[in-house]
Amino acid sequence: MAAGQKRLTGQEAHRRGRSGGRQQPGAHNLFWIILAAPGIIWLTLLVIVPFYVILAIAGGQINQVFGYPVAVYNPLRWSSANFSKALQDVVGGSAFVGPIVARTLIYVAAASLLCLLIGYPAAYFVARFSGRRKVLFLVLLIAPFWMSYMMRMLAWIDLLQTDGYINRALRFLHLVSQPVNWLGGLGIAVVLGLVYGYIPYMILVLYAGLDRIDPMHIEAGRDLGLGRVRTFLRVTLPLSRQVILTALLITVLPMLGDYFTNQLLSGTTGTTMLGNVIDDQLSTPGLQGEGAVFSVLFLLALIVPMICYVMATNRSSREAS
Amino acid sequence: VTTTAAAAPAERTGVTPGTGPGRLWPRRNPWRHPWFLEGFTWLYLIWSLVPVALAVLFSFNNGRSQSAWQGFSWRWYFADPVNSVLHDPNLHAAVVQTFRLSIYTTVIAVPLGVAFALGINRWRGYTSSSFNFVMILSFVIPELIFGVAMFFVFTALFTSVRLGTLAETLGLVTWNVSWPAIIVQARLVTIGRQYEEAAADLGAPPSQVMRRVMLPLLTPAIFASAVLVFSSVIDDFVLVDLLNSNSSNTPMSVYIYSQQRGGNGGPALNALGTIMLVMSFAVVIIGYAGYRWMTRGERGSGVAALTTIAGSEG
Repeated sequence: MAAGQKRLTGQEAHRRGRSGGRQQPGAHNLFWIILAAPGIIWLTLLVIVPFYVILAIAGGQINQVFGYPVAVYNPLRWSSANFSKALQDVVGGSAFVGPIVARTLIYVAAASLLCLLIGYPAAYFVARFSGRRKVLFLVLLIAPFWMSYMMRMLAWIDLLQTDGYINRALRFLHLVSQPVNWLGGLGIAVVLGLVYGYIPYMILVLYAGLDRIDPMHIEAGRDLGLGRVRTFLRVTLPLSRQVILTALLITVLPMLGDYFTNQLLSGTTGTTMLGNVIDDQLSTPGLQGEGAVFSVLFLLALIVPMICYVMATNRSSREAS
Repeated sequence: VTTTAAAAPAERTGVTPGTGPGRLWPRRNPWRHPWFLEGFTWLYLIWSLVPVALAVLFSFNNGRSQSAWQGFSWRWYFADPVNSVLHDPNLHAAVVQTFRLSIYTTVIAVPLGVAFALGINRWRGYTSSSFNFVMILSFVIPELIFGVAMFFVFTALFTSVRLGTLAETLGLVTWNVSWPAIIVQARLVTIGRQYEEAAADLGAPPSQVMRRVMLPLLTPAIFASAVLVFSSVIDDFVLVDLLNSNSSNTPMSVYIYSQQRGGNGGPALNALGTIMLVMSFAVVIIGYAGYRWMTRGERGSGVAALTTIAGSEG
């Protein structure tokens, strides 16, 4: 009721605002333009220009003597030198990128699905059933969101050491005879690290979306004789499809660019991800141009999911208002 | 009988009530408390919080191990004359750098983002909507790619901005300016235009409407976004990892990463992580209390304040 009322007054205000604003558009606009100007200049210089610089370096040359990249700003004079070198890495004789891309996709898919499988029930419980203890649950649920990523990785490094508590517990239970070298390059350790690292962000989105579902829909399902499982499958899950998509995007996008989790939890070449390729090339003289090419390709591959995400958040903010 | 085991037959038999003799189980109360879900949630919470609690504990370890407890001490914080956070110049510099970057970034990004949000929201046109799109897009681009762009712009084009504190601050402001911009825009939508128009009808010029009406109404949102910017700078890793140049401008997150990866781990890193944790929690507690105080006249609960401070609702 209250939400509907708010929406009505909002629409009315919007309509009135439009007709009211038309009276002196020029004078008013100038004021808003001046307010927005610093941000617009900032975004131009430090978002639009930098992304053009990536293109200019990707299409530029490499200084033969010192190995630093030479940016070429005129698109007509872009060379394909860096692109062909990058192509060598992908399909040429010394190709190494293919398996890394496949591994990145597998790790990210596994980790984000695990995030969803763990995060959804927990967020669902807190949003719907926590009752009077909601604040307590929410504080505990959000707390990891405020803990630094590095601290949370450090926590697992401590636990997974050969003399750490995980190995001690496993040996105490006689599940293993020798301590497992968890940090020696196991893919499963990296995937679990990714899940642990990114799940707080996902849970927050899931909670906010699930909390917005009107319990009346669910009660209606129950009143019409559906059991718990069916109500969930037929009512709650379809209603939360949008929020699941948003939550997956919010974890998948940064995970794809992750290069530190595997470095900390494995550090071997057997768990290298796409982010490591770009990060390594960035810090190696002579390879920075290729790093720019891979960044451009990476960005192109992500443009569709990113726009999906922007549209999804726009839609949900419109619904919320 | 666990809930899942009981739920499957309930699904088969309980859909049409009173199906007669075929029913093996009595239909269970659909409003009963979901104990299985609650247990799962508790397990999740334990899994998400206990490892970090143990890492905090090991920052007090009286030994060099991060995994075997050797008694309580303050040596990694200040007692050790060489290797403690207080006395090791690199550790000390990392704490100072994180704090410095958080303050610089918040002081620049919040006014910039708030003014941008107000201007963009009211100035309807092609330019404003495309820059709003740029702002939101910069919010969702993976941080690594954003960092690569920043790294190249400061090493190839704006070379007078050297890698270091200035580059880190510029990068962090750009990366975080979306918080105030998005939160303030969301708040503007919920406020509506009535107050603004009432003030304008009473003869107030736009600047006065802004100062006397809009800014007071927006204060909670601005405050919440400042809390978010400050704490996300504390936790930031990728941008500062790519934009730092030497140990005097390496913040805590990067220091922990490089030392642990280089095999120089030790409880001193846990101490750094604990300091980050305390900083973040202090900011959040101040933020929560401040937000509740500012919105004390409004309807709304502690839950709403919590989710706002965590950035999920405007």
